[in-house]
Amino acid sequence: MTGGLAVDATVRRGGFLLGLAFAVAPGEVLGVLGPNGAGKTTLLRALAGLTPVSSGHLTLDGVALDDASTGAFLEPSQRPVGLVFQNYRLFPHLSVLENVAFAQRSRGRGRAPARAAAATWLETFGLTELAERKPAALSGGQAQRVALARALAGEPGLLLLDEPLSALDARTRLEVQSELRRHLADFAGPSLLVTHDPLEALVLADRLLVIEEGAVVQQGTPAEVARRPATDYVARLVGLNLYAGSVDGERVSLPGGGGFVVPDHGRRGEVLVAVRPSSVVVSNQAPAGPTSARNTWPGTVTGLTMLTDRVRLDIEGAPPVLADVTPASVAELSLAPGAAVWVSVKATDLDVYGSGQP
Amino acid sequence: MLAPALVGVAFLVLPLVGLLLRTPWSSMARILVAADVTQALRLSLWTASVATVVSVLLGVPLAWLLARSQFPGIALLRALVTLPLVLPPVVGGVALLLAFGRKGFVGQYLDQWFGITLPFSTAAVIIAETFVAMPFLIVTVEGALRSADQGYDEAAATLGASRMTVFRRVTLPLIAPSLVAGGVLCWARALGEFGATIAFAGNFPGRTQTMPLAVYLALESDPDAAIALSVVLLVVSVIVLVGLRDRWLRASPFR
Repeated sequence: MTGGLAVDATVRRGGFLLGLAFAVAPGEVLGVLGPNGAGKTTLLRALAGLTPVSSGHLTLDGVALDDASTGAFLEPSQRPVGLVFQNYRLFPHLSVLENVAFAQRSRGRGRAPARAAAATWLETFGLTELAERKPAALSGGQAQRVALARALAGEPGLLLLDEPLSALDARTRLEVQSELRRHLADFAGPSLLVTHDPLEALVLADRLLVIEEGAVVQQGTPAEVARRPATDYVARLVGLNLYAGSVDGERVSLPGGGGFVVPDHGRRGEVLVAVRPSSVVVSNQAPAGPTSARNTWPGTVTGLTMLTDRVRLDIEGAPPVLADVTPASVAELSLAPGAAVWVSVKATDLDVYGSGQP
Repeated sequence: MLAPALVGVAFLVLPLVGLLLRTPWSSMARILVAADVTQALRLSLWTASVATVVSVLLGVPLAWLLARSQFPGIALLRALVTLPLVLPPVVGGVALLLAFGRKGFVGQYLDQWFGITLPFSTAAVIIAETFVAMPFLIVTVEGALRSADQGYDEAAATLGASRMTVFRRVTLPLIAPSLVAGGVLCWARALGEFGATIAFAGNFPGRTQTMPLAVYLALESDPDAAIALSVVLLVVSVIVLVGLRDRWLRASPFR
């Protein structure tokens, strides 16, 4: 049997059904991205043994963790799985050292050697000075480190992280993120990192699995997913306009009305069209004569959002579009909610790809 | 609103004032060291303590079962287990006698097979007290288990802890304040037990005569002794109340 994690299972939890098939190689970090309620946490619970699978199997390094067909089920305490919970769940009555020593103590190691091993982990994580503190006296970033150290101290074969940085403030997050990246690189087994923060996924994961409503909607490297999103959810995360339509030669028609002229690759059938908001040109007049932008349509500004150095316009039209312009343009063109505008995009700025996978 | 409230306060406080006004403070020490009184006091303290230990050993697993599992009939089981809270204690005593008495449906076998007769023994006192007091512990601990965050138990399981280890190292420490509160409440209830004890264990000085029984009897023969003993029980109650106040109001020190 090959090493790593193999998942091909459905999990029922209440009225929700999660059905996934994927594999994670040893040393690989799989980012599991999806909106709230997509089934990310359910997946982690199934892998940890807190929720059994309804059908299919979960296999780690050739050993069945859970297999509905044979009835094999390893109790959570028997699984070589380390789980870092979203809100860490550090034992409030135990010191940092005792928290980190917990896994080894549970697996029958004596108090002294378990504590010695825990002390080594604390050193690795730069937590030695906090050893005697109770979790209530830790900052968010410190608690996150303790939670990771506690999970790793059990010497798991599979590491699961549930939104590891979501409880942290923005500044701590960056700091902890780079540390986490280092620890993930040191970890020899497969890791799963659940998140709904695209940046976190892009920075920390080797590969992404996007799930929505209990099913995989896209898999690929972070670069692929960011460049060619497969669903509106992913497109919004990475800040792209995304349209699903059907192409015939150089014309894409959209079911909601409108269409695009795209570079002709002789393609036919269902496609996705991605447009960067920064390549959308906004004007307050219809173009007088022919232009090099082959896609031009009228719209109405419905919203303006200030981003760091530009303004994102929400434009209603056929099709609707997000466009990024400079604050100066907003002033010059007197753009305000309700303003009538013309939108144009060059055919070469449209990325057209199959709705299956790039 | 104020007038009835004040009447209510007076109603609850006046009897205690009456007790304290009649207390023979000067002869208190002499009364309390009298042989039969110390005997009753000592018997009460240790039977209540043993009853509390038994209640913890049996009641905590039972509370865990009620709080953490689901099976048909659990609501009925919970009702049965907590019935002694509302049952007149003397009825409990009669029931115990009918079950564990020499002719009782359990007691007859205890007698035949092991030669054990429970009624009218110190063991009967402990059984009666446990019967009446254990539900206080169960209710308190079950409530704490229900409101405790099971996330910690899950975290412990993912760290390799067996069910027993989870319970011992995580669940129990987290509900410790409630366990202490339940234990103290249970002990106080056992200490004051009267009805079930007199029905099931009788009233034999040195063997089954606990403080409340001694108070009741002394009321006829030696009112001063009855009052002195009552004051001791009152003081114990006040200490329990003050001790519990903090723990009672915040079930867990971690939230």
